[in-house]
Amino acid sequence: MSTDLGMPGTSPTAGTAGVPRLAEDAPKQTKKEFTSDQEVRWCPGCGDYAILAAVQGFLPDLGLKRENIVFVSGIGCSSRFPYYLDTYGMHSIHGRAPAIATGLATSRGDLSVWVVTGDGDALSIGGNHLIHALRRNVNLTILLFNNQIYGLTKGQYSPTSEVGKIAKSTPMGSVDHPFNPVSLALGAEGTFVARTMDSDRKHLTEVLRQAAEHRGTSLVEIYQNCPIFNDGAFDLIKDRTQQEARIVHLVDGEPVAVGPEGDRKVLVRTDGGGMEFVPESEVGEREVVVHDVAAPEPTQAFALSRLDTPEMTHVPMGIFRNVDRPTYDDQVRHQVEAAVGTAGGPPTDSDLDELIRGRDTWTVA
Amino acid sequence: MSSKSVQQLDRVVIRFAGDSGDGMQLTGDRFTSETAALGNDLSTLPNFPAEIRAPQGTLPGVSSFQLHFADHDVLTPGDAPDVLVAMNPAALKANLGDLPRGATIIANTDEFTKRNLGKVGYDANPLEDGSLESWHVHPVALTSITVEALAEFDTLSRKDKERAKNMFALGLLSWMYHRPTNGTESFLRKKFGSKPDILAANLAALTAGLNYGETTEDFAVSYEIAPAKMAPGTYRNITGNLALAIGLTTAAHRAGIPLVLGSYPITPASDILHTLSGFKRYGVTTMQCEDEIAGVGAALGASFGGAIGVTTTSGPGVALKSETIGLGVSLELPLVIVDVQRGGPSTGLPTKTEQSDLLQAMFGRNGESPVPIVAPRSPADCFDAALEAVRIATTYRTPVFILSDGYLANGSEPWAVPKVAELPAMTVEFATEPNDTDADGKPVFHPFKRDEKTLARPWAVPGTSGLEHRVGGIEKANITGNISYDPDNHDLMTRLRAGKVERIAESIGDLEVDDPSGEANVLVLGWGSTYGPIAAAVRSVRNSGAKVAQAHLRHLNPFPANTGEVLRRYDRVLVPEMNMGQLALLLRAKYLVDVHSFTQVRGLPFTTVELADAIVSLLEDDAATDPTSEEVRA
Ligand code: SF4
Repeated sequence: MSTDLGMPGTSPTAGTAGVPRLAEDAPKQTKKEFTSDQEVRWCPGCGDYAILAAVQGFLPDLGLKRENIVFVSGIGCSSRFPYYLDTYGMHSIHGRAPAIATGLATSRGDLSVWVVTGDGDALSIGGNHLIHALRRNVNLTILLFNNQIYGLTKGQYSPTSEVGKIAKSTPMGSVDHPFNPVSLALGAEGTFVARTMDSDRKHLTEVLRQAAEHRGTSLVEIYQNCPIFNDGAFDLIKDRTQQEARIVHLVDGEPVAVGPEGDRKVLVRTDGGGMEFVPESEVGEREVVVHDVAAPEPTQAFALSRLDTPEMTHVPMGIFRNVDRPTYDDQVRHQVEAAVGTAGGPPTDSDLDELIRGRDTWTVA
Repeated sequence: MSSKSVQQLDRVVIRFAGDSGDGMQLTGDRFTSETAALGNDLSTLPNFPAEIRAPQGTLPGVSSFQLHFADHDVLTPGDAPDVLVAMNPAALKANLGDLPRGATIIANTDEFTKRNLGKVGYDANPLEDGSLESWHVHPVALTSITVEALAEFDTLSRKDKERAKNMFALGLLSWMYHRPTNGTESFLRKKFGSKPDILAANLAALTAGLNYGETTEDFAVSYEIAPAKMAPGTYRNITGNLALAIGLTTAAHRAGIPLVLGSYPITPASDILHTLSGFKRYGVTTMQCEDEIAGVGAALGASFGGAIGVTTTSGPGVALKSETIGLGVSLELPLVIVDVQRGGPSTGLPTKTEQSDLLQAMFGRNGESPVPIVAPRSPADCFDAALEAVRIATTYRTPVFILSDGYLANGSEPWAVPKVAELPAMTVEFATEPNDTDADGKPVFHPFKRDEKTLARPWAVPGTSGLEHRVGGIEKANITGNISYDPDNHDLMTRLRAGKVERIAESIGDLEVDDPSGEANVLVLGWGSTYGPIAAAVRSVRNSGAKVAQAHLRHLNPFPANTGEVLRRYDRVLVPEMNMGQLALLLRAKYLVDVHSFTQVRGLPFTTVELADAIVSLLEDDAATDPTSEEVRA
């Protein structure tokens, strides 16, 4: 590849650069404009409602023409999402949304393409497409609703369910070791990887904002409660009395720390090359881990993702990684544009005639 | 020029055979180009192993290229070679069975060593033990003569020199059949431009081969085959895979929409991906995806965005793509699936031809999921089939199958090239504004409100203001496209989707029957790549004085409207297929006509002789059981 990667300019709109925007003086869109006329059919109390409300509330902030936004989903409870948004949308088939979205985003640089998926959809049946979208760095924002269960098929364990999960298909407990979606995304060369939670509207919205700003594949894992088949899966970090001690808020450039003022623990490096939380007062000479979302190597981000355990003693939340890397779709379009440009513009009939004739012709009179 | 005698021939079949590493495909390709340039009609059949480099000198490693050329219209690559070029004992052994007695064998004696003979189970050297008496054998020390001819090239290793032996063979054959070599010379200049000594060596080997024929007593006769009488026009030689790539590109250009290919490498379809990846200048986007499913997914995603999404594959890939093709049926979006069929089931015979995916294309999806099917009949016809598939896909908003096969993919023939401006017009209309009103009389867009004539739904692409809508694989309410589980609606939508595909028949014309006598009682009906062999067999049967009709299906779903009527017009219908009778099954089911299935799955096209025999035996049956039929019709 030549040095000119055909990358559109960066900020203020990198992730949505090339997507038509509303005029500066146009009135701001409303949440209502992004709400379709379809009746929402999730179970009462489902975490999906909060995520939908947050997304509908956030989309106007992008200032994009509504017709240039597309939501593509797979199969599962969360994948009904596109029906409820008044944008273009496709509810596709199980696991394939990242592949379909890759084709759409690559052929249409003027669209803001979003993928909505779940833990079963993205990590089980569609695992291959997810990792390849991440490594290619297609300009997509992928919202992965993780409820650690199969909801739509009525309660089987999922690839993020904890070992020992008693579910419809595992009466004696599941023996499958789960995926950590953040670790997986980082291992798959993800350039933007974040985690947030359905019930924290403010945090969710801020992560969405940064995900949309990122040019490339943004993977946002959203902890989502399924009150029907896996109620309370995230209670330990939703419970106000406990969450402060458990949630590790990742802040770029700041030491990684957890716990309330006065009982704060700070993450330090151990002699063996690992990391551990120690009370702030005991840090002493030890090296404090400072979060760096833009670190070129994903090593530290990966280590942070491993702090997370099924016991939820410490759960990092926020943006793990946010680095720039040329996107697949920009480069594919650039190659085509460059070839067309070098040839002197779009093909004419006579260019096609030449292609059809090839180099070796003969004439019969 | 020489004093040697020159004979006139009307047709020749040559087979070049050697080890996979001997460059036989290249040699065959070059000889083909020379032959095309001379104005002969021709047809080719490459035949190579699935392994890239099977052990040297063994039977599984034999690669061959057959070329049939003539001073008249050629329909097949030829049943049996008149000349076999055998670069080693394995090539001789693997091909001798196909060689009629009296045919010519040019054998590279250098490779007939004890070791190589042993590798293929020859106890004695067949070139010396008299076992080839019934053939006309030219033993030529191809390798050593080539090396000798290149003696002055000090910079080249012996191995490099040996490698040029295929050019020596090409030179010799070019002398024998009066082929011009200037095309090959400029080809070599292009190929080896950056390696001057290799280029010079190849050119020298080519010339040495020509001179060898000229001077050696062993070759006393050379042959001329006059140009064929072909319709006036500009011609090129083309393979099916290349014709498909160019056809798809041309179709998208005519339709004014981008071509987006999502694909995954698979034999024998990969060349279409390779070729299209080089067509960026024509605005073609190609994506080599992580798997077959992603390939078709990316194509469908692009179609949602207003491109013509195409995916190219072979049978095993179609199996993986099925669910996404079903989604395309449900979303009613254009999509072209190119299936270059090969021997199955499972991995089967990756490099060999077969027509056994017809029922997979027809039915290989869950639910009622009709997909139109177009099948090209010859390598050059792949161009027209591509245009037709894109026309149907964009007009009717539906996935369309193109069923090519390994024989068409790699085989070649001369093609009278069309002018783009003279091709049928292709227009694509995107929805731009609301097409309905809601209960309050407000204009709205209903994504499943259909065109009355075609039953196609509007194609509204993202970026079109006011037409924002959602589509999905869940059943949709007629007109509005909202999710609907209503029993009557599902029944209606299922019938609408089927009816839409049926209506394509209105745009494809009738099935034409070729029956010069107008008195035939027997019809031979084929589809796809069997056209050439069937036409050749029909011609040979007619030449013997019998009457037989021929028809060939290009559209397999829907069938042309008059298909049932044509079938019923004949006492007997013979349906030859390279499968176990898949078209026959469809015809019997749909038209209640007891067609005679004639099948073969050997990984190779039918020979003219075996098809002619099948036709003759059906003619005899017909005469035996219905002796009055001739009189009645007379
Ligand atoms: S099953 Fe669970 S995830 Fe699905 S809609 Fe109901 S509550 Fe939500």
